[in-house]
Amino acid sequence: MTDTIDTSLSIPKNTSEIVHQGLKKRYAAEKRFRRYGVVAVCVALLGLVVLFSSILTKGYTAFYQTNIQLDITFDESVIDPKGTRKTKDLSSADYAALLKKAMRTQFPEVKTRRDKKKLYNLVSSTAVFALRAKTMADPSIIGQTHSLWLTASDDVDMLIKGHIPRELPENERRISNKEISWVDQLIEAGSLEKQFNRQFFSAGDSREPEAAGIKGAIIGSFYTLLVTLLLTFPTSVAAAIYLEEFAPKNRWTAMIEVNINNLAAVPSIVFGLLGLAIFLNVMHLPRSAPIVGGLVLALMTLPTIIIASRAALKSVPPSIRAAALGLGATRMQTVFHHVLPLAMPGIMTGTIIGMAQALGETAPLLMIGMVAFIVDVPGGPTDPSTVLPVQIFLWADAPERAFVERTSAAILVLLGFLVSMNALAIFLRKKFERHW
Amino acid sequence: MLAQQQIDPSTPTMGQNQQMSIHLENNLKVKVSDVAVYYGDKQALFGIDLDIYKNQVTALIGPSGCGKSTFLRCINRMNDTIESCRVTGSIEIDGVNISDRSVDVVELRSRIGIVFQKANPFPKSIYDNVSYGPRIHGLAKDRQHLDHIVESSLERAGLWKEVSDRLDEPGTGLSGGQQQRLCIARTIAVGPDVILMDEPCSALDPIATAKIEELMDELRQNFTIIIVTHSMQQAARVSQKTAFFHLGKLVECGETEQIFTNPQDSRTQDYITGRIG
Amino acid sequence: MNTIFIILALVAFSIPAIVSYRWRHSIRLVANPKVELFVRVLLILSSLIAVITTVGIVLSLLFESIRFFNLVSPLEFLTSTVWSPQTALRGDQVGGSGVFGSLPLLAGTMLISAIAMTVAVPVGLFAAIYLAEYATPRFRNWAKPALEILAGVPTVVYGFFAALTVAPILRETGTVLGLDIASESALAAGSVMGIMIIPFVSSLSDDVIRAVPRSLRDASLGLGATQSETIRQVVLPAALPGIVSAVLLAASRAIGETMIVVMAAGLAAKLTANPLEAVTTVTVQIVTLLVGDQEFDSAKTLAAFALGLLLFCVTLTLNFIAFKVVQRYREQYD
Ligand SMILES: Nc1ncnc2c1ncn2[C@@H]1O[C@H](COP(=O)(O)OP(=O)(O)OP(=O)(O)O)[C@@H](O)[C@H]1O
Ligand SMILES: [Mg+2]
Repeated sequence: MTDTIDTSLSIPKNTSEIVHQGLKKRYAAEKRFRRYGVVAVCVALLGLVVLFSSILTKGYTAFYQTNIQLDITFDESVIDPKGTRKTKDLSSADYAALLKKAMRTQFPEVKTRRDKKKLYNLVSSTAVFALRAKTMADPSIIGQTHSLWLTASDDVDMLIKGHIPRELPENERRISNKEISWVDQLIEAGSLEKQFNRQFFSAGDSREPEAAGIKGAIIGSFYTLLVTLLLTFPTSVAAAIYLEEFAPKNRWTAMIEVNINNLAAVPSIVFGLLGLAIFLNVMHLPRSAPIVGGLVLALMTLPTIIIASRAALKSVPPSIRAAALGLGATRMQTVFHHVLPLAMPGIMTGTIIGMAQALGETAPLLMIGMVAFIVDVPGGPTDPSTVLPVQIFLWADAPERAFVERTSAAILVLLGFLVSMNALAIFLRKKFERHW
Repeated sequence: MLAQQQIDPSTPTMGQNQQMSIHLENNLKVKVSDVAVYYGDKQALFGIDLDIYKNQVTALIGPSGCGKSTFLRCINRMNDTIESCRVTGSIEIDGVNISDRSVDVVELRSRIGIVFQKANPFPKSIYDNVSYGPRIHGLAKDRQHLDHIVESSLERAGLWKEVSDRLDEPGTGLSGGQQQRLCIARTIAVGPDVILMDEPCSALDPIATAKIEELMDELRQNFTIIIVTHSMQQAARVSQKTAFFHLGKLVECGETEQIFTNPQDSRTQDYITGRIG
Repeated sequence: MNTIFIILALVAFSIPAIVSYRWRHSIRLVANPKVELFVRVLLILSSLIAVITTVGIVLSLLFESIRFFNLVSPLEFLTSTVWSPQTALRGDQVGGSGVFGSLPLLAGTMLISAIAMTVAVPVGLFAAIYLAEYATPRFRNWAKPALEILAGVPTVVYGFFAALTVAPILRETGTVLGLDIASESALAAGSVMGIMIIPFVSSLSDDVIRAVPRSLRDASLGLGATQSETIRQVVLPAALPGIVSAVLLAASRAIGETMIVVMAAGLAAKLTANPLEAVTTVTVQIVTLLVGDQEFDSAKTLAAFALGLLLFCVTLTLNFIAFKVVQRYREQYD
């Protein structure tokens, strides 16, 4: 055993001493390392907080809209001088004149043409549509005088919300001293108020920020998602069932599997190019329509839902299959009678998450023309329409200051939908969670 | 030679050295008093009192799940790493309570090495496995010294001949028994004075087992060894003291010969004759 | 058309109800071999849709790209440093409408992605390490989902945030520091993109770090290593392939990201490595070329498909390498 004794000399014998000396440095390193971790988590969470709070603070004001109360006289000689009460005449009448008159009565001291023009601009140019709609809904109001709340122009709205500071020199703000003094008069008279912005939820897009709403986009998103769901859910589940329950393990199925994983990582804009080249140029489906958007998004969410469904199927214990097969059920019966129902909650969760992803997707939809300016609320999946995220993109590009808050508010609505969908997914998972 | 290799009592260890000499006459190395261990609400060990002596092999025996590993892990505070685990009572090593604030776990573990029940080499080369401890503790003066440490540790673990020509290959590529000896070499390389071994031979064939037993006998010249084993014969062969655990309690502890020939407790009797366990 | 659709949708939604009614009330559930064969064929066809989609993507990109390369030489596309599809637009002269060098676009894409990765990799990795190794379970239980929210936020929201919040702040900071930061600087788009991909790095890394067996940690701690030594020298090396593939997937995500750059990066192609300047990217150009007018034989629109093909190839390669790295790693340690 001579060589053992020899080599044993090199095994450290004063370990404790050496270790003790090095401890301080090592603990300093430990602390530093740990601190990096804390900093990293804080940075990431800070990013989240800043993102949400910046949008929240920018956006919440859009849920209120400045309105002006005016006494409008529905003067027959203006609206319907011929007295026909025909829809055609009523719809082309000069409602702006009613507004102007009401404004002049409110501010009799305004005399010059230029001032008058400015005065009329306090009220949104879209207010005439409200008057027209009111008259056409109930022509009997012609001849009467009603006190109505009408949408103020975006400049007035921004002034009231403090986005146009009064302290700025007059030539640097979009609203002059005179206009401000009129606004102040209106406030004093109690005829200018911030009210809940119903229009934001009930109107389609508009060039005027004060009249722009997200209803069109929400309905567009709804139809798009509906198409996506109808296409993607059955196919993904069927594909998952085949791959998980029936497919033999060979090169073909391995290839399909690799393919699905790769497809999940393809940039979304490429799906848009696919949609443009095939669905629009080859198949000539309608541009800007939810049906094409839904098709593209269905292909995009396919891998996500397949992967989630396979995981759900895999989590059903083999003993269930063995029990059914043991009773003489066919494989198909086993799957559809026993395995699939048990995997359903997991599949639903995956589907909802996939749908949430589709709801937030923008880029591929730009490729298939869902960026058009569309005022009307779509009536079905083949009507031209836009979707919520694309609406956000369009508004974010608009130069008017008032669109900033609307964009943020639309984002809040979008996030609201996403949060509820994810909450539903989490709820489903918690509720049907099974421990075998 | 032997005396030279013993730890010099005047070496300041673990930050304190006042109480040390008291225990030295009788060579008491580890004094365990009233130790209890809880995993969450579940108590795994109950009021353990045990003395462990220098240059001896102490064997812990008992049926599966009785808390032998748990006890072993207390001695170098590995249980700190388990979230739910709580240890009460005192364990003194060289007269210093290891849960004392002044005791540093890193330092403690560098002195109390552990070999786990299941071989767990790092997915690195054999050389890196063995040199890891000396490297993190900064024990080697230079590359040559580190090579020496690696070689001698492998030598002492009886693995050198088998792996000397493939130190760069991954440690995970070795056979189960070789892996276990690699883990022993890794532990020795730090130069601890107590080695805890949790069933080091459970995965080994008789020849490898014999090698490790030989190794233990040799290591005991310099180290204090505590070994968990399921093999009565092994306990009888290698250990000087034996402690019998049952259902989280220390039933009996004494000279190995006495435990195997003349147990005081009927449960010990039953266990060593194969009636419980 | 719309009514047909609505009827279809109603039928589709009533199928589950009919099936479950049948399941509950029918006495005979005897298998019908013909039906089973039919269903089986349907299942197989469904699983082929993913393959068909891939083939469709490749073919449509290739087909339009070939048309593009008939007008513009591939050499120019791959090597020219000028990208200017709009110059000298002459309707009669197809292909003579501009210069199509993809290099500045690639450079811009790389610059912005690099900035994003500089933010996301250290933050994501250290966050993963902290959450997996140090954080209390309680903190982890809410911090991890919170981080994952970042991945669920639509990219158009990040684009808005980058363009309207981050870019102005950067520009003002630049003015204070005496730096000239463009309002569509690569820095603004890149850093916001970095925030977006943090969870792509952290989630996957967290998984692989936690998958490192406890016994390895025990071995290291048992030798007296501190926790950070254990993490750096044992856990991270063992998890490295997983982390590498997480980083590659995040990079592929950054390269293919569209909305953030469309909204916050520039339009003018520029070969520069200065993060304070405005650059444009491949995806931005695809969008600009295809949104608005579309004549399907102008080099301008076809160029978008060539760019799409380029993008597809780059991201596919990254994904493939990531996949291989993981596979190799599994083979080695399983
Ligand atoms: N990490 C843990 N969490 C909770 N309970 C644990 C943990 N580790 C061990 N236990 C419990 O503590 C008790 C003692 O376990 P221990 O591993 O110490 O047994 P053992 O004597 O080493 O058994 P074996 O001979 O099978 O290795 C057992 O009941 C076990 O279930
Ligand atoms: Mg054990």
